[in-house]
Amino acid sequence: MTDVVRTGFRPSRVAIYGLLLLAALVYLIPLFIMLVTSFKTPMDIRTGNLMALPTDWTTAGWTKAWSEACTGVQCEGIRGYFWNSFKMTVPAVLISTLLGAFNGYVLSKWKFKGSDLFFGMLLFGCFVPFQVVLLPMAATLGKLGLANTTAGLVLVHVIYGVAFTTLFFRNYYVAIPDALIKAARLDGAGFFTIFFRILLPMSTPIFMVSLIWQFTQIWNDFLFGVVFASGDSQPITVALNNLVNTSTGVKEYNVDMAAAMIAALPTLVVYIVAGKYFIRGLTAGSVKG
Amino acid sequence: MEHTQRYPAGVTRAPSRFLDALQRWLPKLVVAPTFVLIGVGIYGYMLWTGVLSFTSSSFLPVYDFVGFDQYAKLMANDRWLTASLNLGIFGGLFILSCLVIGVILAIFLDQRIRQEGAIRTIYLYPMALSMIVTGTVWKWILNPSLGLEKLMHDWGWTSFSFDWLVSSDMAIYTIVMAAVWQASGFVMALFLAGLRGVDSSIIRAARVDGASLPLIYWKIILPSLRPVFFSAVMVLAHIAIKSFDLVMAMTAGGPGYSTDLPAVFMYAHTFTRGQMGLGSASAMLMLGAILALIVPYLYSELREKRHD
Repeated sequence: MTDVVRTGFRPSRVAIYGLLLLAALVYLIPLFIMLVTSFKTPMDIRTGNLMALPTDWTTAGWTKAWSEACTGVQCEGIRGYFWNSFKMTVPAVLISTLLGAFNGYVLSKWKFKGSDLFFGMLLFGCFVPFQVVLLPMAATLGKLGLANTTAGLVLVHVIYGVAFTTLFFRNYYVAIPDALIKAARLDGAGFFTIFFRILLPMSTPIFMVSLIWQFTQIWNDFLFGVVFASGDSQPITVALNNLVNTSTGVKEYNVDMAAAMIAALPTLVVYIVAGKYFIRGLTAGSVKG
Repeated sequence: MEHTQRYPAGVTRAPSRFLDALQRWLPKLVVAPTFVLIGVGIYGYMLWTGVLSFTSSSFLPVYDFVGFDQYAKLMANDRWLTASLNLGIFGGLFILSCLVIGVILAIFLDQRIRQEGAIRTIYLYPMALSMIVTGTVWKWILNPSLGLEKLMHDWGWTSFSFDWLVSSDMAIYTIVMAAVWQASGFVMALFLAGLRGVDSSIIRAARVDGASLPLIYWKIILPSLRPVFFSAVMVLAHIAIKSFDLVMAMTAGGPGYSTDLPAVFMYAHTFTRGQMGLGSASAMLMLGAILALIVPYLYSELREKRHD
C-alpha cells in the first residue's frame, strides 16, 4: 500500500520523520544512560546528571561488576553467574529445539489418532501461567536431587520451552506439501530418512527462529532462576537483581549499569546479528498456528 | 514397487512386518517424551497446585481438605486485593499505551520511510532485553535524587520533582512506563506486518472518492486489522498477568506492598512466607484469569481455521 501514500505533501513528511526520530530517541535513551553511567566514577555520578558524558572515562565499574561486586553474601562479581547462564541456556536451547523439530514433523506429516488433541494440549501449554507449576516442580526437582542445580534448570526450560518450539516447527512444516512426503514414502523412504533428507535441508530459517527465540527466553528468564536455583547455580538475571537490590554499603550505580550491560549483551548481540529471526519468532509466538 | 527392492531376495515377510509396525509406531515414540513432559509438567502439576489450593499447607504440603478456605482468605486479604487492583491499573494502562504507541508508530513507519529497517530495529531492541535489565535501568533513571529530577534541575527546571518510584500511590505507574518502553515496539511490529497485508486497491479507490488519508486509516484500514488488535491484546494481557520480573527489579513490590502484582503475591506467599495453600489459591486464580482470556480466543481461532 506504499504507493498510495506518495501524494503526501512536504510539511507532513517532516512531521512524520520528526516523530519517528523522536520515538527512536526515546527508545535509545535508556541504553545511552546505561552505557555512559557504566563508564563514570561514583563521584562523577553524584556531581553530573543522567545525560552528561563521563568527565573521565573509566572501566572500573565493569571490572568491579565482573569480578568483585557483591551479589548477596558473596563478593565475586557476576562472572560466575554469567557462565551459569551459558551452561544452562546452551543445552536447554539445543534440546528443546531438537525435540520441537521432531514433534513438529510428527504433528504435521505423521498425524495419528489423537495427534490433534496433543497439539491442542501443547498450544494451551504456551499460555499457562508458570505460577501454577512452580510448587510441584520445586518438589519434584528436590526429589530428583536436581534442586539448585544447572541440570535442574535445563530440565525446567526444556519442559516449558518445548511447547513453543513444537509450535514453530509444526506451523513451518504444515506449509510443506504432503505430496512431497508421499512421493518419498512410495520410494521407500522411512520416517527418519524423510526428515533428514527432505525436511531438514529446508529447515534452516525455522531452526534459526527457534534457536534465537529460545536463547532469548531462557537467557532472560528470572522466575525459574529465582525459584529453582540458589547460591552458586543462579543464572545472571538473578545475580543482577541481587547485586542491584543489595542494600549493603554505598550504592554504586556505575557497577549496577555495567552489570546490567553484561547481562544484556548476549541477547543484544543475537538481536543485532539475527534480529530478523527474532522478530519472526515474536510474531509467530503471538499469531499461532 | 521399489519398496520390495530394498530387501534382498529370500528375506521373509516377518522382518518387514516388524519394520512396518516400527514405522507405524515411530511417530508416536518420537513424541512420547514430550507427551510425558507436558502431561506431567503442565497438566499434572496444574492439578497438583489445584489440590494444594484446597489444603491448609503452610511451609510444607499437607493433604487435608479445607474446601474453599484459602480462596475465602484470599478474597479477604488486603494485599491480594491491592495486587488485583494493581493488575487492573497496570494491565489496562500497559495494554492501552502499547496499542496507541504501536499503532501510531506502525502507521508512520509505513509511509515509505528511508532507513525503515534501522528505525524498526531501534524500536524493537528492548524486547530482546531481560525485564531485570529493563527494571534496573529504569530504576536508575527514576532515582528520586540522582535521576530524572537532577537532570531537570541541571537543565534549569529547578522546581521539577519526581519521586514516583518511592511513592506508594504512584510507584505502579513507573512500572507501566518501563513495561511500555519494553513492549510497545513489539506491537508496532505486529501492526506493521498487518498494514503490509492490507489490499492497496481498496485504499486507492477510497482516495479516488476523495477520502483523506487519516480518514482512510480510521475508517477502513484499522477496522480491517481487527485480528491484529486481538492478537496484540492477547499477548499484552498475557504479559501483564504474568508480570513479575519488572516489579521485582524496580520496587520488589514496595513501598510496602503498593506495587504487588498477583505473580509477586504468589511468589512471596509460596516461597518466602510459608503459605503454600494461599499461594496455590492465588496461582489458580491467575490461571482462571488467563483461561477466561484465551479459551474464547483459541475457540474462535480454531473455528475460523475450520472454515478456511
